Amino acid sequence: MSILKIDGVTKTYANHTALDNVSFEIPQGCIFGLLGPNGAGKTSLIRIITQITGADSGKVYFKGERLKPDHIKEMGYLPEERGLYKKMKVGEQLLYLAQLKGLSKSEATARIKAWVDRFEIREWLDKNIEDLSKGMQQKVQFIATVLHEPSLIILDEPFSGFDPINANLIKDEILSLRERGATIIFSTHRMESVEELCDNIALINRAQKVLDGPVKEIRDTYKTDTYQIIGNGQLMITSPDFEVLEQHSNHGIFRANVRLLNNTSPNDLLRYLIQRVEVHSFVELVPSINEIFIRKVKETHHA
Amino acid sequence: MHKIWLIIQREYLTRVRKKSFIIMTLLTPLLLAAFMILPSLLITMSDEAETVMVLDESGLFEGKLQDKKDVKFIPLAGSLDQAKMLYQETDNTALLYIPEMDLSNPEGFVVYGKKNISIQTQVRLENMLEKEIENQRYLASGLDRETLDKIKANVSLTAINLSDQGEKDNNAIITSVAGVAGAVIIYFFIFLYGVQIMRGVIEEKTSRIVEVMISSVKPFQLMMGKIVGIAAVGLTQFLLWVILSFMAVTAVSAAFGVDAAPSPAAQYAAGQVAAQGEETALKDPASMENPEGQDEFASTFNDIKTSFANLPVALIFFSFLFYFLGGYLLYGSLFGAIGAAVDNETDTQQFMMPITIPLAIAFIMSYSIVLKNPDGPVAFWMSMIPLTSPIVMMVRVPFGVPTWELLLSMGLLVAGFVFTTWIASRIYRVGILMYGKKVNYKELSKWLFYRV
Repeated sequence: MSILKIDGVTKTYANHTALDNVSFEIPQGCIFGLLGPNGAGKTSLIRIITQITGADSGKVYFKGERLKPDHIKEMGYLPEERGLYKKMKVGEQLLYLAQLKGLSKSEATARIKAWVDRFEIREWLDKNIEDLSKGMQQKVQFIATVLHEPSLIILDEPFSGFDPINANLIKDEILSLRERGATIIFSTHRMESVEELCDNIALINRAQKVLDGPVKEIRDTYKTDTYQIIGNGQLMITSPDFEVLEQHSNHGIFRANVRLLNNTSPNDLLRYLIQRVEVHSFVELVPSINEIFIRKVKETHHA
Repeated sequence: MHKIWLIIQREYLTRVRKKSFIIMTLLTPLLLAAFMILPSLLITMSDEAETVMVLDESGLFEGKLQDKKDVKFIPLAGSLDQAKMLYQETDNTALLYIPEMDLSNPEGFVVYGKKNISIQTQVRLENMLEKEIENQRYLASGLDRETLDKIKANVSLTAINLSDQGEKDNNAIITSVAGVAGAVIIYFFIFLYGVQIMRGVIEEKTSRIVEVMISSVKPFQLMMGKIVGIAAVGLTQFLLWVILSFMAVTAVSAAFGVDAAPSPAAQYAAGQVAAQGEETALKDPASMENPEGQDEFASTFNDIKTSFANLPVALIFFSFLFYFLGGYLLYGSLFGAIGAAVDNETDTQQFMMPITIPLAIAFIMSYSIVLKNPDGPVAFWMSMIPLTSPIVMMVRVPFGVPTWELLLSMGLLVAGFVFTTWIASRIYRVGILMYGKKVNYKELSKWLFYRV
């Protein structure tokens, strides 16, 4: 079942189109990557989902219902431009934002306590935001985003500004939020950064959706049956079933990219190789989302 | 509604807890008290009694120059040279020499001083001598001073309003004061706290919290919450100022033993006495102390009291509250819109103009035209236009305004702030998410009709 269904959404500003008839679905309980270069329309789409703005035409369904103000409290949004009230104490700020999302004071207080213990930031509660480092502020903001236990969490460029340790911490939190049934939307232009996290993606370019679906399917569609082999020996492929795309050799160690032809399987290639050389590594070359995106954009331009 | 309430609370509490707020709130009444107490304190300090040595060779003034509160006379005998030497050794203020003379031709008075004798002392002594000479002349011609005082006439006019409500004492000055005081407070309140709204919006914009906020609440709720929260801050400060000023003034005057600080009423009473009796006062500074002068003072003071009592206090108070809040809401939302339209405070200048100009005009006109002619066409129209009515109508109310005019003005003000709030919220919802764009009026007018 899909938690969010976007159906033909179009949004135009005074002189440019931010979204042009975009449709896709986000399955419940997945990590969804909303990918595209800067200015593609990702933030516009997020603002429509979070009801900051409205679409000119098209519909958005949340859990099967047309989007309505009541849904706001089931969403958590971490905007790309982070910001908190600078002169407000961390604890008060978290409480305030949680109450605005509809939590009662006592419940919010209990949850804040649990989160600060988890992130080991208890001693920050009485500090003003402006006294914290940027990374600390991001942590606080992350807590503010998920404090009301939203079923849909939208993170715009979530890892920008985090050092690797904190980025990993956030990654783990995101995974455990998914375990608990939340759906997470990642919006980013750095596609490689979320590739391994995402279950599903949608690619947006110039206001249009280019492609969407489960990451695995997309890769399968775009994979080229190419394998990289590293080994010892003199590789000479003469079989018509295999095509050598690239080959280097250095001090007896070779590296070759080979494509399978005529419906042969990787095992066929492996068998063929084992008889001739010593195989050290045998890896399928899967196109990265980035490569797929570039290829796809080129296709649409030529079309 | 619940969310607006949360926003109001935050806006209120964060501001009220600020050090600057607490310091301002405590310091202002103290300064006010100081300003009220200092002058009277200074007067009492400079009121050190002057001592004048008198060498009276004529013998006409013996025992006639009576000691007053702030001037004492020390009679001397002997020659002028002796007297001068004696005077040099003391630190008395002056030496008055009255030569042998004839009542019909009083001449040759000299006053000696170590420094320049002040005009005030000189005039005073002259007056006393003149008066005494007059007395002696009356006596010589068979009249005494008391008979003459009985003959003297003193007229003061009481102005009375004849209107539907019957007779009312009227005092233009007091009426003006009541109105202008209200108008001044409204004027400053709008500016002080309007700018706070603007700053608050800019702060939310620059700290980028605004996107988080409006993913939880509607822009309109955020704006109204801020406006109402800051209004509450302003009212709190105003109320504290009133209470604390009163306490501070009372405490300070008690501590320094100064006559209760001159209340506006007393100040005006003094002013009136000065105006009415300028001539006599100049000729005879001591006249304040004779019974006649005191009577006059008391009666003026009573006039003022009755004038205050006769002002429609309840009406003035109600109108004050109404125009106070109405004017603040009208301008407050515009200030909020300006904050949303710009990226930082330096860019606000061009948009401040249309707000400052009507306010300033209303303020200046109140003094120059409305006060002189509270029922004239300028006063009428300016008290109808919502941008100027909070100030101008406030000045007019104590003079008495026909009910229909008051109701129309209030109705228009309500319509006015509904309208400005509508405009402001349209600009606000677009502006708060707009960064790095230099906005002009043309752009703003487009925002009004954006679909968001």
